[in-house]
Amino acid sequence: MKLDDLITSPSPWLEPGGPQSDIVLSTRVRLARNVAGRPFSSRLRPEERQDLEAFLKKAVLKAFGPRDITWFELGDLQEIDRRCLMERHLISRELATGDGHRGVAIDNAQKIAIMANEEDHLRLQVICCGLQLEEAWREADTLDNRLEEHLTYAFSPTLGYLTACPTNVGTGLRASVMLHLPSLVLTRQIEKVFRAVARMRLAVRGLYGEGTQATGDIYQISNQASLGRSEADILKTLGAVIPQIIEYEQQARKVLATESPMALDDRIYRAWGLLTHARTISSEETLTLLSAVRLGIHMDRLKGVDIGLVNELFLLTRPGHIQKMRGVELTEADRDIARAEYIRKQLGVT
Amino acid sequence: MLCQRCKKQPATVHLTEILHNEKRERHLCEDCAKEEGVAIKTQMNLQDILSGMLEAHQVAGREANLACPDCGLTYAEFRQQGRLGCPHDYEVFAEPLKEVLQKVHGATEHTGKMPQRAGADLTAQRQLMQLRRDLQAAVEGEKYEEAARLRDLIKEKEAAGETR
Repeated sequence: MKLDDLITSPSPWLEPGGPQSDIVLSTRVRLARNVAGRPFSSRLRPEERQDLEAFLKKAVLKAFGPRDITWFELGDLQEIDRRCLMERHLISRELATGDGHRGVAIDNAQKIAIMANEEDHLRLQVICCGLQLEEAWREADTLDNRLEEHLTYAFSPTLGYLTACPTNVGTGLRASVMLHLPSLVLTRQIEKVFRAVARMRLAVRGLYGEGTQATGDIYQISNQASLGRSEADILKTLGAVIPQIIEYEQQARKVLATESPMALDDRIYRAWGLLTHARTISSEETLTLLSAVRLGIHMDRLKGVDIGLVNELFLLTRPGHIQKMRGVELTEADRDIARAEYIRKQLGVT
Repeated sequence: MLCQRCKKQPATVHLTEILHNEKRERHLCEDCAKEEGVAIKTQMNLQDILSGMLEAHQVAGREANLACPDCGLTYAEFRQQGRLGCPHDYEVFAEPLKEVLQKVHGATEHTGKMPQRAGADLTAQRQLMQLRRDLQAAVEGEKYEEAARLRDLIKEKEAAGETR
């Protein structure tokens, strides 16, 4: 698959058909793995790094067959393309902005991404739309087994899969669920959720991972501990917490609808008005407004707007994608104009 | 320190406000902070936690100077970067790392998936680990004949592992 085709095609994890997709955008599972007998990527000399990448590429393509999966050498890509891949959650920030030999294999369905020479030699990632923890884990597990036929992992019987950072050692598993929680934010209950979640050794982060602010009321909840529990147990803990958060969000939606319907509708329709008429708009404001529109659609208060399109806009209005669609690098001010134009066109108002 | 507002509960929320160019520090308990509408930031960054923990973790000079013979990383360097240099570091820094792992994961032993292919090797690895422990015990118990037998057995098994 060509990179341009990949970046301009819809992102499957934003499909609206997934389980619980009114609140859960996507589920992601990633496994950190390293090849036995070599230093971790940050301690490799440039030629060793190159050699490892070639070795991993061979193993990955052998495990999949070149038709199903495409290898991209990230050092050869334009910055804008790397940015788009990051916005699609197909590569990490570290891989997008780092240097030296590093690559990623992406399958045609854009569900699987195998990153090479990240912090660890390998990061295997599976993304599914909606809440699909079991499904995502099963795929990642199979992927891991298939790859293992072509290489030997650094593994210790007592510590499990050995990783560059001790926060990932053991299972190397990070399972993460992306939630849209606008009503918990509006009713100021989100902090309460964070505190409850933190007590269960789960972490809360924003849309684009560690250190990013939660924009568009989107939060990622993931396991913090990767050692001392089996993969099944880790998924079970997360799988038990997520439905509760969904339930809180649904309750908060009911409260908003019964106690302040006018304020709620005002918020939704103002957001709709701005998105369909603004002449210049920042990516942050876009996310905030899209969040209100998304809430309006799922609460059945804003009718006739395609939810799939709104989901897609969360991604396609990010700075990398706006520039990619224009085919040129734009200043921030020009981006904001291009973004407003694009949103108006997509939502059918010009 | 007690909460400055209710003066009853311990202060766990520490605020620095800048008002008209004047810096003011306030220390509140969680309840009072909530009543005053202070949003408590609980979004955490794993790396921050780890480096904070590593800093707080007082490392004796001997540990700081520990270095991996394979990749050359010292424990002091690891504390600074929060990243290990090679898989062998987990053995070299096993002692000080135990505390780190306990804090991050609440556990120090793996109970999850094992590589399928390494299944056979793994049994051998575990046997070797047990033999090494037995050897240690034999030496400590001054059972030198037993120790010599174990040493030879370990050598034999290691050689077999290399040729496999």
